[in-house]
Amino acid sequence: MEDSAVEILSASTPKPRIGIDGGDDNKNWRRRVNGVEVSVPIVCGSIAFYRGKKAKEYRTHNWTVYVRGATNEDLGVVIRKVIFHLHPSFKSPTRVVDSPPFTLSECGWGEFKIDITIFFHADACERKLELSHLLKLNPEIYSGPQSPNVPVVTESYNEIVFPDPFECFLSRVNNHPAVHVSKLPEGLNLPPPGDADDESYYKMKKGDTKDHPLSHWFLKFSDADELFRLTATRQKVYAAFLPFVQADIAKLKRQLVMVDAQPE
Amino acid sequence: MGGTDAKDILGLPKTPLSLTQEKKSRPQKESHRKPDGISREVYALTGGVAPLMPSIDVTHLKRPPPHDEKVAWQWLPVKSSARKDDLQLYHWVRVVNDVPPTGDYSFAKYNKSVDVLKYTDDEYENHLTDPVSVWTKEETDQLFELCERFDLRFTVIADRFPLSRTVEELKDRYYSVTRALLRARAQSPAELANHPLIKEPYDMTRDRERKRALSMVLSQSRHQEKKDAEILAEAKRITEMRLAARRAAEPDVPANENIGSVSPSSNSQLPATAVAPSTLTMADYASTLASLRMLHVYLRTYGLEQMVQAASSAVGLRTIKRVEQTLQDLGVNLKPKVPTKTVCDEHLELRKEILTLLNLQKQYKESEGSSHREGTYAAMPDTPKDRVFASEPFSFGAERPIKKEPKRKGPGRRSDTPSPAHKRPRKLKASDL
Repeated sequence: MEDSAVEILSASTPKPRIGIDGGDDNKNWRRRVNGVEVSVPIVCGSIAFYRGKKAKEYRTHNWTVYVRGATNEDLGVVIRKVIFHLHPSFKSPTRVVDSPPFTLSECGWGEFKIDITIFFHADACERKLELSHLLKLNPEIYSGPQSPNVPVVTESYNEIVFPDPFECFLSRVNNHPAVHVSKLPEGLNLPPPGDADDESYYKMKKGDTKDHPLSHWFLKFSDADELFRLTATRQKVYAAFLPFVQADIAKLKRQLVMVDAQPE
Repeated sequence: MGGTDAKDILGLPKTPLSLTQEKKSRPQKESHRKPDGISREVYALTGGVAPLMPSIDVTHLKRPPPHDEKVAWQWLPVKSSARKDDLQLYHWVRVVNDVPPTGDYSFAKYNKSVDVLKYTDDEYENHLTDPVSVWTKEETDQLFELCERFDLRFTVIADRFPLSRTVEELKDRYYSVTRALLRARAQSPAELANHPLIKEPYDMTRDRERKRALSMVLSQSRHQEKKDAEILAEAKRITEMRLAARRAAEPDVPANENIGSVSPSSNSQLPATAVAPSTLTMADYASTLASLRMLHVYLRTYGLEQMVQAASSAVGLRTIKRVEQTLQDLGVNLKPKVPTKTVCDEHLELRKEILTLLNLQKQYKESEGSSHREGTYAAMPDTPKDRVFASEPFSFGAERPIKKEPKRKGPGRRSDTPSPAHKRPRKLKASDL
């Protein structure tokens, strides 16, 4: 799907929409598909290496902060650029990364909260999204002097949710590995992708993090354990309702008995 | 005397000067530093040191009057333009250099009065007769005379009015007469437009209402005030929620569908007496969902936070803490570590169910507490330490059957095993399952 779209756009003039049944072109672009949810699982994290012998007073760790797909797929399909707001003691602390993979590497000594602003392609969403990540350089539990070969990895899983996505966005990202699309309603005719709106996407070079040099430190996130625990706990809670149910049944039974006994 | 006393009290070391030196320097210091105008003791209260900020100049404190003026006070007659009669009054006057003060009595300028309109008999006949025929000409004349005399102080006028009429009635009559008179006398209606009586005519019923409302507010007890404030806040919240929900519901009709999809697997096992989510909570969910959708993009964790807040909106802080404590006891993360859609949905449902369970227990306790079966059952501690599920290592996979029926002297009158040791029959251990 992507390849064909790239071919179309190589003509460098925005093509008019073809093949849409009637209707205004603009209207179709901005039409939202209700009841559908597009979600992008991401991991926001940092990896910090102690510099060992090369460590100086103000440059003790090499660290990298990033926003990556949870399965290391290319986030460029949805994200246009990411701004990492570093501590003001850094030179030009507003670091812009406008092509995937959205990573930033630096060298420092201090831990601080990094504010991250994510901008999306125009057809996905006009608003930006803010999150933050606490950069950790030192391990939680001290276990001897830090080795320069073993980094401190801090990652947190999250999902970017687009409720009621635009038609054009949906058609573009449907079936992309980085994106989850909830069940589409029956008989939904999505227009084929490829339009001026998402030019920024096609201009960007592609970048997943599967072969990233740090990729073997990335954590794997699975919801199986948590889901299991949650469903098991819900069962327990249901069981705790049991005596109340029994009490109710008993009460109703007594009432029935009384009602039956009356007309004599 | 002086700063050394303070230092003594504080236990600070004294100045490095030797004692003899201090004694010598001290009287010198004091005679130098003591200013005129304040007594020695008073000055010493400040620590014997001049204030750092410029304060009142000491020389201002007891300034004698300028010596070139000769001021005397004389008992003189006073003339005031405010008095129309010939009464001669006297008062003390400050006379400077034998020249008494000139000019009018200084308070004469405050003698203002209201311009009460006077009508002729003709005017009365033509315009001012009371259509409802309550007011006669004599009464109206008397009213106007009193108005003039008392400068429209209607409470006084009402007192003096020979017939008993309420203040509002008097006001009404006066203002309507004046208004009619103005209209009749005006050359053109335009010049009247800005006259305050025409722009804002007196309305008797509104005046009555206003006074009644004021007196009600004044006589409200503090309790009533608090309740009113609460109700207003609640109403405001409800209207805001409804507004948010309606705004979101307008472009997208299936707002209800969304609610259904969020709680996919609510089991119907809940007992009938379960506290069903009140309409308030449902509105909370709807409006939270609507506001999330209006964001067009949000993080899953943020969405869960908002829904959890909506679920806890109708309950107090204590209950929320109990829910969280229960979650912890059961080994569930308060914030999911891998917040996928299903995990978040399950988490939310779990929280709601725990809330329902806690409410049920509370209801049960309250109803049982009032019954005659006091004893061990009703004597349940309701401290924050009270746990629904005792904290035990969660061992899934080990399936142990329920050992015994929960013993309680509840409405299901079981006479079999009364066990006073079971204070809380609801307290199921993790090992019971």
